Amino acid sequence: MEELQKKRSRIMDSRPDVSTIAVCCGTGCQAFGGEKVAQAFREKIAESGLQNSVAIKTTGCHGFCERGLLVVIRPQNIFYQRVRLEDVDEIFNETVINGKIIERLLYITPDGSSKITSEEEVPFYKKQMRLIFGANGNIDPAEIDDYIAIGGYSAIAKVLSSMKPEQVIEEVSAAGLRGRGGGGFPAATKWKSTREAEGEPKYVICNCDEGDPGAFMDRSLMEGNPHSILEGMIIGAYASGSNTGFIYIRNEYPLAVKNAEIAIRQAEEYGLLGENILGSGFNFSVHINRGGGAFVCGESTALMASIEGKVGEPRAKYVHTSERGLYDRPTVLNNVETWANVPLIINRGSAWFASIGTENSKGTKIFSLVGKINNTGLVEVPMGITLREIIYEIGGGIPDGKRFKAVLTGGPSGGCIPENLLDLPVDFDELTRVGSMMGSGAMIVMDEDNCMVDIARYFLKFLEEESCGKCVPCREGLKRMRQILDDICEGKGEESHLELLEEMSAAIGDGALCGLGQTAPNPVLTTLKYFRDEYISHIVDKKCPAGVCKALISYHIVNENCTSCRLCVKKCPVGAIEFVDKKIPVVIHQDLCTKCGACKETCKFNAVEIR
Amino acid sequence: MITLKIDGREINAEPGKTVLEAARENNIYIPTLCVNEAVAAYGACRLCMVEVTRGNRKRLVASCLYEVAEGLVVETRTERVVNIRRLVMELLLARCPNSSEVIEMARSMGIDSSRFQSEEDDNSCVLCALCTRVCREVVGKSAISLVGRGTNRKVALPFCEDTDACIACGSCVYVCPTGAIKMEDNGDVRRITWPSSTHEFKMKKCASCGSYFAPEKQISFMIQKTGLEAEKFDLCMNCRP
Repeated sequence: MEELQKKRSRIMDSRPDVSTIAVCCGTGCQAFGGEKVAQAFREKIAESGLQNSVAIKTTGCHGFCERGLLVVIRPQNIFYQRVRLEDVDEIFNETVINGKIIERLLYITPDGSSKITSEEEVPFYKKQMRLIFGANGNIDPAEIDDYIAIGGYSAIAKVLSSMKPEQVIEEVSAAGLRGRGGGGFPAATKWKSTREAEGEPKYVICNCDEGDPGAFMDRSLMEGNPHSILEGMIIGAYASGSNTGFIYIRNEYPLAVKNAEIAIRQAEEYGLLGENILGSGFNFSVHINRGGGAFVCGESTALMASIEGKVGEPRAKYVHTSERGLYDRPTVLNNVETWANVPLIINRGSAWFASIGTENSKGTKIFSLVGKINNTGLVEVPMGITLREIIYEIGGGIPDGKRFKAVLTGGPSGGCIPENLLDLPVDFDELTRVGSMMGSGAMIVMDEDNCMVDIARYFLKFLEEESCGKCVPCREGLKRMRQILDDICEGKGEESHLELLEEMSAAIGDGALCGLGQTAPNPVLTTLKYFRDEYISHIVDKKCPAGVCKALISYHIVNENCTSCRLCVKKCPVGAIEFVDKKIPVVIHQDLCTKCGACKETCKFNAVEIR
Repeated sequence: MITLKIDGREINAEPGKTVLEAARENNIYIPTLCVNEAVAAYGACRLCMVEVTRGNRKRLVASCLYEVAEGLVVETRTERVVNIRRLVMELLLARCPNSSEVIEMARSMGIDSSRFQSEEDDNSCVLCALCTRVCREVVGKSAISLVGRGTNRKVALPFCEDTDACIACGSCVYVCPTGAIKMEDNGDVRRITWPSSTHEFKMKKCASCGSYFAPEKQISFMIQKTGLEAEKFDLCMNCRP
């Protein structure tokens, strides 16, 4: 334990207060050349011989993906956004050397009123509470020393030197930590149950099989701060009496796999994993299992089957996995974000943790904010914040002045929440109460241009394709529900279909074997509940109010707006638009039109409308 | 012994028994499609769902997997249960419109037709996985398994063609509740047709009467399993002393 403290002091001492250029190298910013930009900075530092006064740090995802590539100059926290390789010289010469701010790289508030220099003043970050995710921007995930320098592994030192396993469980229980993977089951209850269960060996598992469309918080955490997850797992293993852990990461997350591998190796080298951790006599090793990309393998029993090398399909959990899980042995399975919360609770105490959030949902939650939203990215907020605050104050509202329609929380089996519920405080119970769920934390924002019937169909189709096919209601039922929605979207719907959909939703929710099937009807049920009029329009009026469902719409020229500029004529891929004469509006031939919408997109005069 | 209530009747059951087993021992009918005593319960068809109350908690469970408990109250025909069964049978009727077994089963539950459009393929496999489970758990070969996901799921040999592990014993044919796997013996050839492919296997000739009595691979497997001399398997059942 003292060794770790000494090590921390040595790391701090060896790092004088230098200027640090933090370059986001999360998956999103990599697409904008994160690594190349970092390399260019390294070369500039070497050229100018400033190795001792300027440091470069390649970090994980900072969260504000909409504005990538992000570069932050510390300690001043000068926040540059949408940085490209060609900006490197200027940033280095002007800001790093001369201390001047480059105005054009600053964040400008959407109303254009002010330019913001420092990271913490950016509205996107200002309202957040980045307890778990905040460290991502400050550390290099491939450097264990970075994590130790910010106090990392002090929780495990505290646990191993001064706490009994039961005390750890009590502390996490008092904190009120609930699972961040979807179910919201109290973490400490699982640990306790595994600790008390008969059977050896016992296992702990970290679920990093995040697969919801639009969700990327677990991957970004694993990519950006893997040691915080490892530390949580070590504590959980100690508390539940396990010496073996697994991290299950989907193989589509190569950077997460790589950084987790590096983290495990480094932790082993430092004596934080393996035999006799920090001289305490406690042993714990962690292995990585790469998932093949089946959505259903995020379900705990399917995940365990997959680790065992079997087909990834769920089984009934009448005996909890905390008693009979992996290889039929007591197993604790928690999600990435849940594990990352654990060191925080140990370090700062359960009372502090429990002071954040609502009565039954404590702490913060990371959401991925995607869809029709100005500030796409990852946000961490205290439980109990309203949807409106997340979407408008942090997310910056809906692009192009469009009107908000709904937000889908909880991934494909979550529910669509309408505008009149935007003041809903976000926590496990409130989301469930309105027919949705926390899920892993994806928030997909939809605007007036989204057809809710089409949205329900989209998510149902996703789940139909991802259903493992084991139980009949999910395998056959979701397909039939999707076919009914296909019919409705194609104008072949009947009013009796709505009742049938509701009846099927209830029976599938009751009858399906696992959580995937049981919650799959949620998008249909919530859209039927909150947007029934859109279904009725499709069925009775044969109209798609949002203008999405191709079979129910047609494109028309608004004659008084048309200037006969011929842009649409050139753009139409099937030659369905006819130019008659300069002063005569163009004509769309409905028999040829494929309703691709290219004309409407191209037109500068608002002369194409959907009817 | 454990005392529980099923549909208002107080019954006793040994600890460790499932609700389904307890019900059957007491002549209480719960429909099933994927249950066979030869293999472990699987919980896939969902026909055996029942509503159980334990303390204050009421929930729907698959009775083939849910174990009896002291004071448990089981209801086998509540509205929610009936809704699940009806949906499952309608879905299976639409999937296997020509399967007489499925039609018969639906009829026994009072369901004559499905609200869903019938599949066009002539399919009688309900994907209960009895065949693959028997192959793995009873025969010990895992020659066939379920491949693909969702409605693309099917019973298949590896890559639909690799018969290496199959000993042509026909257990899968025997256990299939809907006759979806076909087997035909013709002279020295046994032909098995799974939903994904058809394969032929050589039969062994009886050293005495000359009739073809069992697949050669099955005989080899039995020699290996029993450790007996090969000659012990030279004769057909009729010619054995």
